[in-house]
Amino acid sequence: MPRERTFRTEAIVLRRTDFGEADRLLTLFSREYGKIRAIAKGARKPQSRKTGHVELFMRSRFLLAQGRDMDIITQAEMIQAYPALREDLVRATYASYAVELLDRFTVEEDPHGGMYKLLAEGLGWLETADDLLLAARYYELHLLALAGFQPQLFRCIGCDEAIQEQDQFFSTELGGILCPKCQDKDRSAKPISAVAVKVLRYLQTRPWETVAVLRLKRPLHHELETLMHHYLTHILERNLKSVDFLHRLRREAALFAPKDES
Amino acid sequence: MATNVLPRPVQRLIDEFARLPGIGPKSAARLTFYLLRAADDQAFDLSDALRELKERTRFCSVCFNITEEDPCLVCEDLGRDRTLLCVVEEPLDVVAIERSRAYHGLYHVLHGAISPVEGVGPEDLRIAELVERVQKGNFKEIILATNPTLEGESTALYLQRRLAGLNIRLTRLARGLPVGGDLEYTDEITLGRALEGRQEFKE
Repeated sequence: MPRERTFRTEAIVLRRTDFGEADRLLTLFSREYGKIRAIAKGARKPQSRKTGHVELFMRSRFLLAQGRDMDIITQAEMIQAYPALREDLVRATYASYAVELLDRFTVEEDPHGGMYKLLAEGLGWLETADDLLLAARYYELHLLALAGFQPQLFRCIGCDEAIQEQDQFFSTELGGILCPKCQDKDRSAKPISAVAVKVLRYLQTRPWETVAVLRLKRPLHHELETLMHHYLTHILERNLKSVDFLHRLRREAALFAPKDES
Repeated sequence: MATNVLPRPVQRLIDEFARLPGIGPKSAARLTFYLLRAADDQAFDLSDALRELKERTRFCSVCFNITEEDPCLVCEDLGRDRTLLCVVEEPLDVVAIERSRAYHGLYHVLHGAISPVEGVGPEDLRIAELVERVQKGNFKEIILATNPTLEGESTALYLQRRLAGLNIRLTRLARGLPVGGDLEYTDEITLGRALEGRQEFKE
């Protein structure tokens, strides 16, 4: 979308790095223009009018001016700060994960209103969800769908037969479920339990409010997490920093506060 | 291909300058030629300063601030309140707090902050050393003075969890309005905290 010399947009702060003496370089995901990089001049000074509005994960209204290399933020006004993400290390880590995932799936200046909505809502779910693992799975599945990688969970990708309620195989290569008869079509396909298939389908098709009340047992959570991370790393062809961090956090939690981590 | 007409020592210094943050090839060349023309003293002073920087400084084994002597002057200073500990992210934060002249306790420098986004975990920081120091020492209060950013908050939350069982008062720097600020442009979080932390007019 062509932009005016100065333009207005609503955006979420995905990343920020210090730049120069007192500036911050931001990666924004905007509703209207997709991912853009912009510079917040003087944002590290406490007197700056922008500081509190351009912090990580904030949803703000921006007024930007087109610069030579990068856009310059002239005004910023916070809409939603997601405060609960800032008061809980585990929630903050999941929010980092949500943001990193979206960052990896998008390129600059490619608007995607659906993804914007998902991220804006997703950060809200991570603020309040009792079960963060469930919220993460839900977010992943819907992000995959918007990015064009929705896994096929209803029909076998080998023979197109409807999936029966029994243990199946999941092929990251082909992006969906292979029925026991077709499992040879991808030898690297991993087994997936009937109940895991059921949960994934449920997440894929229901609104979050309905999903949020589900209670899953730990082994099932573990199965789903392993499967989704496997699929995502396959598509992105790289590991995610926030996932490594989450694992470290869990190991630590086991050491210092055994009851703390879900 | 054009031949490089610059003598090797000149080119070498340009290359070294260009490796510094915020300095491009043009600035690097400008600095180099400035030094080439400047009095010998100035160039040698610079080279001495660089040598000293690396040879004469180290981390204080107690607080991990940068120092010439180990332990550092702050840790050795008997005039300071040794029951008060201020935990900061970077050595420059110590400088900032010292400038305020409002603090007379000891410091602990973490050398960074926990960042899920950048993948910086607790074990990458001087946190184990802090916990050990607090367990052995007789501190009455620990001020968690990390930055009010997401990373700083995460670090403070983590430290709070690690230090909670030790029965020491844990505090966090207050958040509020900057001197010369403007209510109209203040974000809701800061303004909310400023209201929470409002204080009685002192006579």
